[in-house]
Amino acid sequence: MSINWFRYASPATFYPLAGRLIPWFAWAAALLAVAGLWIGLVVAPTDFQQGDAYRIIFIHVPAAWMSMFLYVVMAGWSAIALGFNTRLSAMLAQAIAPTGALMTFIALWTGAFWGRPTWGTYWAWDARMTSELILLFLYFGVIALRHAIDDPRRADRACGVLTLTGVVNIPIIYFSVQWWNTLHQGSTISMTKAPAMASIMLTGMLVMSFAAWFYAIAVALARVRTIMIERERSGAWVSSLQEVRNA
Amino acid sequence: MIATVAAVSPVANGAVWPGMRWAVARDVKLALRSRAELGVQLLFYVIVVSLFPLATSPERNLLGAMGPGVLWVAALLASLISLPRLFAGDHADGTLEQIVLSPYPLVALVFGKIVAHWLTTGLPVVVLAPILGLEYAMDAEALAVLTTALLIGTPILSLLGAIGAALTLGLRAGGSLLALLVLPLYVPVLIFGAGAVDAARAGLGADANLSLLGAGLLIAIVGAPFAAAAAVRIAVD
Repeated sequence: MSINWFRYASPATFYPLAGRLIPWFAWAAALLAVAGLWIGLVVAPTDFQQGDAYRIIFIHVPAAWMSMFLYVVMAGWSAIALGFNTRLSAMLAQAIAPTGALMTFIALWTGAFWGRPTWGTYWAWDARMTSELILLFLYFGVIALRHAIDDPRRADRACGVLTLTGVVNIPIIYFSVQWWNTLHQGSTISMTKAPAMASIMLTGMLVMSFAAWFYAIAVALARVRTIMIERERSGAWVSSLQEVRNA
Repeated sequence: MIATVAAVSPVANGAVWPGMRWAVARDVKLALRSRAELGVQLLFYVIVVSLFPLATSPERNLLGAMGPGVLWVAALLASLISLPRLFAGDHADGTLEQIVLSPYPLVALVFGKIVAHWLTTGLPVVVLAPILGLEYAMDAEALAVLTTALLIGTPILSLLGAIGAALTLGLRAGGSLLALLVLPLYVPVLIFGAGAVDAARAGLGADANLSLLGAGLLIAIVGAPFAAAAAVRIAVD
């Protein structure tokens, strides 16, 4: 039996699938967040250097990871949308943007609250913070361009080109730590050498990262469903939907 | 203008260099016929640079430290306000549609327009920089590094700006949206450009920063014309 890879590339088939997936991801996100916060706030010991202020990282680091990861995912869907001219990919890219902007904002906000007790300042012009701020502007740019264009198909393609241009910023964020020698401490997590943080802290952070990831998936799917029925409101499959007929 | 595009023979199909040359020559000629507009944009640059000492202090050490950054920010803003020149006029009178339809490769034509844009708006900024740098008590070495950095960096501004200019063609709120789209992309150029002068002043040598700027220019030359051409196509469709 051959697999039909494009079965769910159509909004009419993806809409019910997304509806079935949302509760799973939403519950997984909620349970993981409870577990992660419990590990982070109760189980994990107080840091001997930073005191309890370090516990902000259980929110901050997952949000910062997601902010960058979501931009890459958005760029990936934009590339597919531009390359194959698929409607759904562009809608997914559109649905991811607000969540990405939210994660970037949370990362900056919690970073400022962590910086105050630890560095003695809310804001420092460090390379990673600056790059994260630029990332927030990139998200705002994509969202603003989307709202400035009335024709959704033109908006899809214009935002795709802008997103792919902006994705150049992601490696700059990542390598900025090596490029500039600044106040921000180096990356603590490493794939190649043993992690420098206690394993219980690492566990908490990873659990919270999965919570953030599943939250982002659930929210993006919910948003893409509304985009689908908004854009395809004249389509037969939308008017035959149970919730549309009851409304 | 429309007639000159339509007169291109079908032999031009796939001809990159003639297309580029045509676009450069045409846009430079058009720009030189509205010299007053170019002059006003250049004066904007001069005035922005001259305002900062009034807002801070005429103290020479402070000016020397601040100068490179101010000149770079002013160069970014000057590039930003000149961006609508690139495509907006041609879009309004229908020439852009003819350019897209012409047998020359669109990337070559767009690249030619970008080159012309830099020659008429970026190069004057580079030439003026050493004179304006004197306002900021910069020494000869700092001025030389600043001018070199601007010479490498301002073409990147035109290349990246072309993408934003094409994406915002014909949109409401085009001007402020253009700033939101383009200025974040300019940030690495600003950092390395102003950093080159700072490194030279600190005695570290500007080579690393200038090399990074050069790498950025090469990447922008390879990638930006294609993105800008795609954006032009989206705007014209």
